[in-house]
Amino acid sequence: MANVETLEAVRSAGVEGYKYGFVTNIEAEEAPPGLNEDTVHFISAKKGEPAWLLEWRLKAFRRWQQMKEPNWAKLKVAPIDYQAYTYFSAPKKDGPKSLDEVDPELLATYEKLGIPLGERAALAGIAVDAVFDSVSVATTFRETLAEQGIIFCSFGEAVREHPDLVRRYLGSVVPQGDNFFSALNSAVFSDGSFAYIPPGIRCPMELSTYFRINAANSGQFERTLLIADTGAYVSYLEGCTAPQRDENQLHAAVVELVALDDAEIKYSTVQNWYPGDVNGKGGIYNFVTKRGACRGNNAKISWTQVETGSSITWKYPSCILEGDGSVGEFYSVAITNNMQQADTGTKMIHLGRNTRSTVISKGISAGRGQNTYRGLIKIQPGAEGARNYTQCDSLLVGKKCGAHTVPYIDVRNQSARIEHEATTSKISEDQLFYCQQRGLEQEDAVSLIVNGFCKEVLKELPMEFAVEAQKLLAVSLEGSVG
Amino acid sequence: MSKVSNILEIAGLHARIADGREILKGIDLVAKPGEVHAVMGPNGAGKSTLSSVLVGKPGYEVTQGSVLYQGRDLLELAADERAREGIFLAFQYPVEIPGVNNIYFLRAALNAMRKHRGEAELDAAQFLKVVKEKLKLLDVGEDLMKRSVNVGFSGGEKKRNEIFQMAVLEPKLAILDETDSGLDIDALRAVANGVNRLRDPGRAIVMITHYQRLLDYIEPDFVHVLSDGKIVASGDKSLATELEQRGYAHLGSAA
Repeated sequence: MANVETLEAVRSAGVEGYKYGFVTNIEAEEAPPGLNEDTVHFISAKKGEPAWLLEWRLKAFRRWQQMKEPNWAKLKVAPIDYQAYTYFSAPKKDGPKSLDEVDPELLATYEKLGIPLGERAALAGIAVDAVFDSVSVATTFRETLAEQGIIFCSFGEAVREHPDLVRRYLGSVVPQGDNFFSALNSAVFSDGSFAYIPPGIRCPMELSTYFRINAANSGQFERTLLIADTGAYVSYLEGCTAPQRDENQLHAAVVELVALDDAEIKYSTVQNWYPGDVNGKGGIYNFVTKRGACRGNNAKISWTQVETGSSITWKYPSCILEGDGSVGEFYSVAITNNMQQADTGTKMIHLGRNTRSTVISKGISAGRGQNTYRGLIKIQPGAEGARNYTQCDSLLVGKKCGAHTVPYIDVRNQSARIEHEATTSKISEDQLFYCQQRGLEQEDAVSLIVNGFCKEVLKELPMEFAVEAQKLLAVSLEGSVG
Repeated sequence: MSKVSNILEIAGLHARIADGREILKGIDLVAKPGEVHAVMGPNGAGKSTLSSVLVGKPGYEVTQGSVLYQGRDLLELAADERAREGIFLAFQYPVEIPGVNNIYFLRAALNAMRKHRGEAELDAAQFLKVVKEKLKLLDVGEDLMKRSVNVGFSGGEKKRNEIFQMAVLEPKLAILDETDSGLDIDALRAVANGVNRLRDPGRAIVMITHYQRLLDYIEPDFVHVLSDGKIVASGDKSLATELEQRGYAHLGSAA
């Protein structure tokens, strides 16, 4: 459980705006801009993929061509020219065999981001896979993990080394044609992380991926696939940053989680893509499909997300509760400041008997930000005794922002028990003044109040992530009051 | 310099609220270290406005007069700066902050002050020691510390929490705004005992109250009667007794 010192975190974060906005000068090998079947062939060839995967990609691409962007979210998105993006960008060197071979410039970048690689990882006790633009550059701690039969590697490597596992599970939770962006991702995904935890193994450390978009005008389309076999447990952390650029960069990831009988996956995200400037110029378009399947009985999947970045967030980490007694959880903090827009929430699909789900969503709107919670609770006829508890709280900072709550509840079994609570509140002048009268500066006071508001979610984060999340909350809200 | 030995020196203070109405119409008051002053008066006399102006609450405008705090112009400081300089207000209606642990809040406050004074900030363990000491001094239950700031507190708990915060923050000037309001006799006694334990040769306390009964428990050195934005009478504790017998109306007209 996280128990972190907000104000110290705020202080150490300082007044720095978006501190990850630097660009790394690194020679990159890129696909020509644009998207057609040749692009798909190019990516697949670059990655030396087997024929079945190329076919899989092409099928997705053809499907995508016939699809339209979703327009049901409460988002204003300028038209996206998919032909203007570059769909593959890789640091121009052959893949590193070990950490020693990783370009020092890259290592320096990750160091700036505060990601522990190599020895620093050992100290932090976290296994890290780092994805830079399109390719995975280093995976630490693999040997330690391999001793227990745990596979943790880049997606590309998994395709080469563990094709059976990949073929069995790829697209099994998020089908290619699930939506426009999942189809796009399936066609052009470049790399990502893969983890498999064998039966009965409790992964001894947090697994972590850090995503970074560096190249200009490039999209990042990573693919993550995690499988927890019977009785296995894994906690997985995902962090994201990008340079500060005037153009909108595109991020369309797909994450698939599979938990078999009695397995548990805890997936935590701190999303800090560049949010654009005060006037809404630049920033990442974050169109992400994340879904987990509790395939086995008594399986559990828990999503925790802290969404502070991106100019647009479109994201609904979901759980399909197939196994009897399986459990889905969604804990979310989403902040929109300045011109940011977020339409985020979850879907809990109850199929098995006695399945349970919990949804805690905290939306914070400041500046001219628009923040929408959109959630679906679906109880299918066979889900005897299903239960859901949903709590959606919105906090408004200032007068020009918006908070919206759109819950869908679809119950097809009489025995279900569904609870939904929603609140909307403002940071009151009285609260601010009370804090100031106790000596706190206004921004520290806002940060304190917001952290209190988000507490139920932040405490779900692993310690080291909670520290970062609290810093981010503070930085994201700088200048939002007064 | 005798001036600087005053903690608070209010001279000819006029202030108005947002709608332009003048509430304070010339207040003079001097408080020295170790003194306890009671400011009494009927509803609408300007008691709460006076405390609000002293702590820099937004929504009030000083139109005339001056306030010196330890010899320097108080009115030019922002509310949080005044707090860090050692001015504490025990709120009439303490504010709830959901999700923020009481003890955590208080440590943030104390560390803000320590930092301001150039002292090292206290870590959680060091702070816990301070808290335990003060809990004992004021006879406050430890469970209060683990709850969110003022959330779900009874009226008595809220007021005791204010006094507890005062004990930890050790202000030079403490302003108690209607600290007795809404308390039953047992709670009042407990709060008053706390305040008495916090009387200190280096500290000035200004108690703002409508009723004389608080003064039965906290004996002031000086009593001031506020009526229609002015101090119409000042004296020792006997003034309060007289006031109780003859009412505010009598004193107001005598001025």
